[in-house]
Amino acid sequence: MEAERRLSLRIREGDCAVLKRGDVFKAVPVLRQRKIIFEKQGFYLDNAIGHVYGTTFEVTSDGNLQPKQQVEETTTETKEAGTDNRNIVDDGKSQKLTHDDIKALKDKGIKGQEIVQQLIENSTTFRDKTEFAQDKYIKKKKKKYEAVITIVKPSTRILSTMYYAREPGKIIHLRYDTLAQMLTLGNVRAGNKMVVMETCAGLVLGAVMERMGGYGSIIQMYPGGGPVRAATSCFGFPKPFFNNLHEFPLSKVDSLLCGALSVETLPSESEDTALTEEEMNGLVDEKQTSVQGTEEESSAETAMEIIQTEEQETIDINAEDAEFKENKEKENKENVREKQRKQWERRKKLTETAALLREKNADGLLVASKFHPTPLLLSLLEFVAPSRPFVVYCQYKEPLLECYTKLRERGGVVNLKLSETWLRSYQVLPDRSHPKLTMSGGGGYLLSGITVVLDKGKSDSSNLEALKMEEPSSKRCKVQDLCC
Amino acid sequence: MSFVEYGDTIKDGDTAIVFLGHESMFPVKVQQGSVTQTKYGVIRHSTDLIGKKYGSKVTCSKGGWVFILHPTPELWTVNLPHRTQILYSTDISVITMMLELKPGSIVCESGTGSGSLSHALIRTVAPTGHLYTVEFHQQRAEKAKEEFREHGVEHLVTVTNQDVCKNGFGVSDIADAVFLDIPSPWEAIGHAKSALKAEGGRICSFSPCIEQVQRTCLAMEEYGFTEINTLEILLRVYNVRTISLQIPDLGKAAEDNSSTGFDSSNPSNQGSPGTNLQQGTVQFKSGVPLKEMVGHTGYLTFATKSLF
Repeated sequence: MEAERRLSLRIREGDCAVLKRGDVFKAVPVLRQRKIIFEKQGFYLDNAIGHVYGTTFEVTSDGNLQPKQQVEETTTETKEAGTDNRNIVDDGKSQKLTHDDIKALKDKGIKGQEIVQQLIENSTTFRDKTEFAQDKYIKKKKKKYEAVITIVKPSTRILSTMYYAREPGKIIHLRYDTLAQMLTLGNVRAGNKMVVMETCAGLVLGAVMERMGGYGSIIQMYPGGGPVRAATSCFGFPKPFFNNLHEFPLSKVDSLLCGALSVETLPSESEDTALTEEEMNGLVDEKQTSVQGTEEESSAETAMEIIQTEEQETIDINAEDAEFKENKEKENKENVREKQRKQWERRKKLTETAALLREKNADGLLVASKFHPTPLLLSLLEFVAPSRPFVVYCQYKEPLLECYTKLRERGGVVNLKLSETWLRSYQVLPDRSHPKLTMSGGGGYLLSGITVVLDKGKSDSSNLEALKMEEPSSKRCKVQDLCC
Repeated sequence: MSFVEYGDTIKDGDTAIVFLGHESMFPVKVQQGSVTQTKYGVIRHSTDLIGKKYGSKVTCSKGGWVFILHPTPELWTVNLPHRTQILYSTDISVITMMLELKPGSIVCESGTGSGSLSHALIRTVAPTGHLYTVEFHQQRAEKAKEEFREHGVEHLVTVTNQDVCKNGFGVSDIADAVFLDIPSPWEAIGHAKSALKAEGGRICSFSPCIEQVQRTCLAMEEYGFTEINTLEILLRVYNVRTISLQIPDLGKAAEDNSSTGFDSSNPSNQGSPGTNLQQGTVQFKSGVPLKEMVGHTGYLTFATKSLF
């Protein structure tokens, strides 16, 4: 296990790695001879293979990566500086180097550091700027011209930040700190039996898996034909983590709850299961479950879609169509047998997962989906043991208001809390510390609570319970407020 | 029960949480023969608790009832006896995620304080990780050790009574993450760096004052940490309420039958949700913020131990 851990510290072919430049992240598959476009630069990852994660690279002129040399001390000669900007006129003419001049320098292979130096020397206003302004100017130019890329290992922190910045729509605008709250409020940890329902491309599932470390079990409820686990594959979990990951279709929940479950009719499976696997030769995301054909969100959208630019997509799909047709006839018979075997396996798994749910002893429930939370919670809570936490995320507050009310009516829950978190970043520099200019306007809302033994059939006591569990309303507002 | 594993039934020696109602709960040490007083009456441990399922309703001697909940680090945080100011789950959540903690992680923490964060860290790194926590106050270090023992997690944590700024964490080249919540964190950055693994790790410093943050960020830079990032997180809670607002009486237009504006006697308005004709009010559900909220706990500064 230690050996495996040490190995996983190094960048390996086939890994999902995350490129980082400043605050910008991008997840990419590590493949030889595959051109990556990131932050207006094109390069190959081949040279990165074998290096330790966290290494910083420079892009060479021939599009390869080279580990960055040790950080050289920036020359701190006491420079000339002004006191304020009252005489500095921004006429756009202070930089003597033209766009072409700079391009020429770049083409000559001049290092970024040198280009920045040239820009400073050719700026007429630089020495009039205040020290702070000079600092800011240098930082800005360095960011633009000193292109260094760090390759980092994926983690919940990295992937949730990346998704929120790049593709928030895919994760229904679940901001990373809100996800952090869910994991903690839900007491997600090794050994739990978790029920997870999410439509966040598998990011929430991945986060839960990371916190469980391969221990315990997870049952992922999914809408439509199959669960989307695009983001999950980015985490790079070892295979054993998936041994105790189950899935169950939402469309069967009602029948399971009333004891009439039938595994004969499975949610629509893709007809071309076999085809999908062959097509995947060139694409990386072979870890996708095969039941994706009908999933509207998932068919074209995998995490690797974010990763691959339009240029890359067409390159690798097999062009051997003729050969393909020949083999197809031979394989037809095999295919039918294969399909039958797979169907039998799927039904077997479904029955097993149903049995797990029927035990009604899950240790927690996490919901983060685009669907209205109320029906989800009311049914999925049935699978959770008493005295266990549950957390529901919703992009909007109003559905959670309704959810709260319905939960009070149902009973069997305590410590209900509707909340959101406010997140603010800071710039910390000597004499220049302040919150950053922009901040996220909203990261979604959470409704959390703890289950208790449900007192079924006693509507009186559940009303009393509801009143007791309610927050006391302030006396002044009594005329207008009604406890819900 | 334990703080790192769920149990189904209440056992002698457990720490259980007695839940009385909205935001009213307290921890109790379950003991054969013991008795606990609540405002609803007496709870007799032997008959009312031991052997009962967690999550059960228990009726107390005066007739009122409570729920008995399984302890979690989150419930512990809001119920533990304070020896110092503590960290609450909002900050703890972000710390856990940003330090990339998971089962198997090795974490160093100082100061231990009242053990709020410690319990959460232990829960996250269990069963194969470890928490090395340093506390310079002798009694607090002792109390923490005692609590970890009572909560069945002593095998996952090592408490050291020393000054982290002078003597470090007592371990080196071993930690995946270091957390500092001390008055002068910049004095411990060097020790933090050596406690962290050679191949890298994460660090977090929590400070209430911006001046502390400034000094800490400088120290982090000097020691070669990268990705230095400061943020703060605040929790906003909403009360779910049904609100009734009165419709103002704007009088009646002179002869005109039809009136402009909202008319509660107009049949087309009768179907609209919330309209209450008799009282002239409109009802709606709202998530109402609390009158006061926590405006500041501390600044969280994260960084990565750089590796070249």
